Amino acid sequence: MTGVRCFVKSSLAVLALPVLMAGTALAQGTVKIGALLAVTGPAAFLGEPEEKTLKMYVEELNAKGGVNGQKIELVIYDDGGDASKTRTFAQRLVEEDKVVAILGPSTSGPTMAISQVVEDAGIPLISFGGAAVIVQPMKKFVFKTPHSDRMACEKVFEDMKKKKLTKAGLITGTDAFGKSIREGCIAAAPTYGVEIVGDETYNPTDKDMTPQLTNLKNKAGIQAIMSGSFGAPAAIVTKNVKQVGVTVPFYQNHGVASKSWIDLSGDAAEGVLLPAAAVLVADKLADSDPQKKVALAYKTTYEKATGKPISTFGGHAYDGLMILVEAMQRAKTSDPKKVRDEIEKTKGFIGTAGIFNMTDKDHMGLDLAAFKMVTVKGGNWQLAE
Amino acid sequence: MSRLLSSRYAALMFVALVVIVPGLMLNSSFYLRVGALIFIFGFAALGLNLLMGYAGQVSLGHAGFIGIGAYATAVLPTHFGWNIFAAMAAGVAGAGLIAYIVGGPILRLKGHYLAVATLALGILISMVISNEVKYTGGPDGMAVPRLEVFGFRLRTAQHWYWISGGVLFLGIVAAQNLIESPTGRALRALHDSEVAAGTLGIDAARYKLIAFVVSAVYAAISGVCFALLNGHITPDSASFLRSVELVTMVVIGGMGSILGALVGAALLGLLEQLLAQFHEVETLILGLVMMAVMIFMRDGIVPTLQRLLFSRRAS
Repeated sequence: MTGVRCFVKSSLAVLALPVLMAGTALAQGTVKIGALLAVTGPAAFLGEPEEKTLKMYVEELNAKGGVNGQKIELVIYDDGGDASKTRTFAQRLVEEDKVVAILGPSTSGPTMAISQVVEDAGIPLISFGGAAVIVQPMKKFVFKTPHSDRMACEKVFEDMKKKKLTKAGLITGTDAFGKSIREGCIAAAPTYGVEIVGDETYNPTDKDMTPQLTNLKNKAGIQAIMSGSFGAPAAIVTKNVKQVGVTVPFYQNHGVASKSWIDLSGDAAEGVLLPAAAVLVADKLADSDPQKKVALAYKTTYEKATGKPISTFGGHAYDGLMILVEAMQRAKTSDPKKVRDEIEKTKGFIGTAGIFNMTDKDHMGLDLAAFKMVTVKGGNWQLAE
Repeated sequence: MSRLLSSRYAALMFVALVVIVPGLMLNSSFYLRVGALIFIFGFAALGLNLLMGYAGQVSLGHAGFIGIGAYATAVLPTHFGWNIFAAMAAGVAGAGLIAYIVGGPILRLKGHYLAVATLALGILISMVISNEVKYTGGPDGMAVPRLEVFGFRLRTAQHWYWISGGVLFLGIVAAQNLIESPTGRALRALHDSEVAAGTLGIDAARYKLIAFVVSAVYAAISGVCFALLNGHITPDSASFLRSVELVTMVVIGGMGSILGALVGAALLGLLEQLLAQFHEVETLILGLVMMAVMIFMRDGIVPTLQRLLFSRRAS
């Protein structure tokens, strides 16, 4: 008899154990989100604002009680923009830290290098890399928040079409970004009736692009020049354009959308046209613009917390984090597979880069409306539309 | 006792233990990957040590040869339909051939000029890789076909842990044989004094070239393993920073010491992971560690430890 009672007791205890454990896990659990960012190295201008943004907003979310009653624990590793390092850290996040989702990497090469890791592990990844190859062809667990580089070309060509300009010259760097812009522009040109009459490239370490620009300037019938560059070379190209006396409209791209480009280019930046995310001109947007509230809030928060002018790059991190958190709230769990399904169902999410509508065929979810044509006037951003 | 410890078999035993014991104990593919990377870069540093520590020549472009090995493994099968084993062999042979052709003229340079010439070579190779977008995929990199042996796909970190560990072991055996051969003695003579070596009838240019080619082949083999481990390669496998990392491994671990290269690679590889939590101060701590090694262990970690150990034993 005692034997039976003992058996019943112990089996009750065994049954109760998981319930008790689940209870404690709910009460004091945290949910771990990983981030791989190029905080140092050549892509630090991307990683640094991204890191600040993530830390700032995770703190804010936690102060409000976290997500699904759990506090968010952010695990950030600095990959220095190196693909192999990123892969090691991705495995560390997956196996050691057991994160439920990964934000980043900051650039495209490392994103491609770790896609297989997250696919195998079944953990959603929201990349901040620009290249379209990240989501084309589609991978089940890989998403991205920045506009594809091809969209920048499409926006520029749309603007050219409005102005009845049909002959464009390209000048692009041989780095990942420049290459992506170049391919995007060449592919998108026929759709907008634009003919690429000149196609020049330079190495990212070059200090003078006047020969390439002189070539473009002298191309018969050229009506506009589009540049695909970021960082220091972007400022050099901008200056050189003025120096060789280009008179046709000159378009830059979303990669230069930071205050430092204006500072480096000086007077040469005046009047240059470029497609950029709304966040750059947040205070100048029309009040009816649905993005105004989000963009302005992000700008104010970031500038207040860091004392530095915003760039669009930190905005990509904001979008990624918020899309993830909202997906977790909708899924009411942090189970990676269910969260993935909810990320894919993101509809009408208003972020800094635009309005996201993801589908099972589009893991970015932005359209051309996300870009605003902006220009520089008196050393500051101005809407050009 | 000390003779046994310093003998070549002790070094081999040590490496075998370092490969086998963690390999059996670790079951996380993250740790195995970190181990595999240490073996792979340790292997490249071992080759570079033959050039720097024995022949006394500096190369700041060795990542270029890693790049050649890695990209040959990826590009030849993908774009030209080569058998992957043929591609691997071609990458290693190609790196050796380039080193042979380029090494002839540039090894006649001395000191800083030699360093600058090798630097330029490395940068040229990495520029070609970045710019030949059609074949290499440019800066976004390209996928590497998986290796299949008898229908068995080698793709996990565990597979590559054992393979790169085995390759490292064989590389050490080969390096030891080279050093103890007449060629090795000629190289050491060159390191101590090129003039004195010349009076003994040693053809300096020829032996330097041998060391350069051998080290390039080591780097290319490590590049092949690197590409197959990662499954996706980008031009930063051949970047200048990677070359500097290799030189750092050799100098910190100990120039002219077979185990030194491995210890240097292990130190850099493990510190990267240990300091990952505090990445704000990572560079600072790494710099301090390097300064400490340079000030207190001027010959590098392994030679200094050996001296401490054996001088105590002797007294």
